[in-house]
Amino acid sequence: MTDYIAGILLIVGAFFTFAAAIGLLRLPDVYSRMHAASKAGTMGSGLMLIALALNADDFGTATRAIAGVVFFLLTAPISAHLLAMASYKVGYKLWEGSVVDEMSGETASHEVDDE
Amino acid sequence: MTGKEFLDLAIWVSLFLLILAFFLTTFRVIKGPTLPDRIVALDMLVGAVIGFIAAIGIKTGYFLYVDIAIALGLVGFLATVAFARFVLTRGLSDAERPETGDVREAGK
Repeated sequence: MTDYIAGILLIVGAFFTFAAAIGLLRLPDVYSRMHAASKAGTMGSGLMLIALALNADDFGTATRAIAGVVFFLLTAPISAHLLAMASYKVGYKLWEGSVVDEMSGETASHEVDDE
Repeated sequence: MTGKEFLDLAIWVSLFLLILAFFLTTFRVIKGPTLPDRIVALDMLVGAVIGFIAAIGIKTGYFLYVDIAIALGLVGFLATVAFARFVLTRGLSDAERPETGDVREAGK
């Protein structure tokens, strides 16, 4: 039974990673590409590590795999947020078709005070 | 179809999907066009490699690679943080800078 669950988790995780790669290739600017890579990519590798934890026989390996999943879930938003903040502050432009830029002072309904 | 056969098929399907994802991400690393695009793609490559490690670990039963996956995730996180600091201090490159030139002051 665990073989079926592990196989399904592997396929779903690999599909999420593949979808993240397609998003990285097709989306128009760095911020939307970051949205694809950091969410779907982390989900994909996390699901595949959970499949490995299910398939492992001993408790130590399963614990290490789960610890790895928790670590990735903690670090992926931090690195994506830091990179988005850096590239926005430096002045990389949003895509022309973007609807709203809540970080810019003129269009935002609330004042952004990041200094 | 027994559980072992299904797991074997699932490993091959997931390896195929991961290879496709790896090639698409590598194409984005090469194509760019800006430095943050390449950094995001390199971060994504680390995720794809962790998926490879999980699939190969199930296939061969050699679970020592889980430690390598955790270490690789740590290295990828630290590399992305360091690259973000580098983007912050470097500013825009000459090709990306607009004509007015005042955008760069926001990064100082």
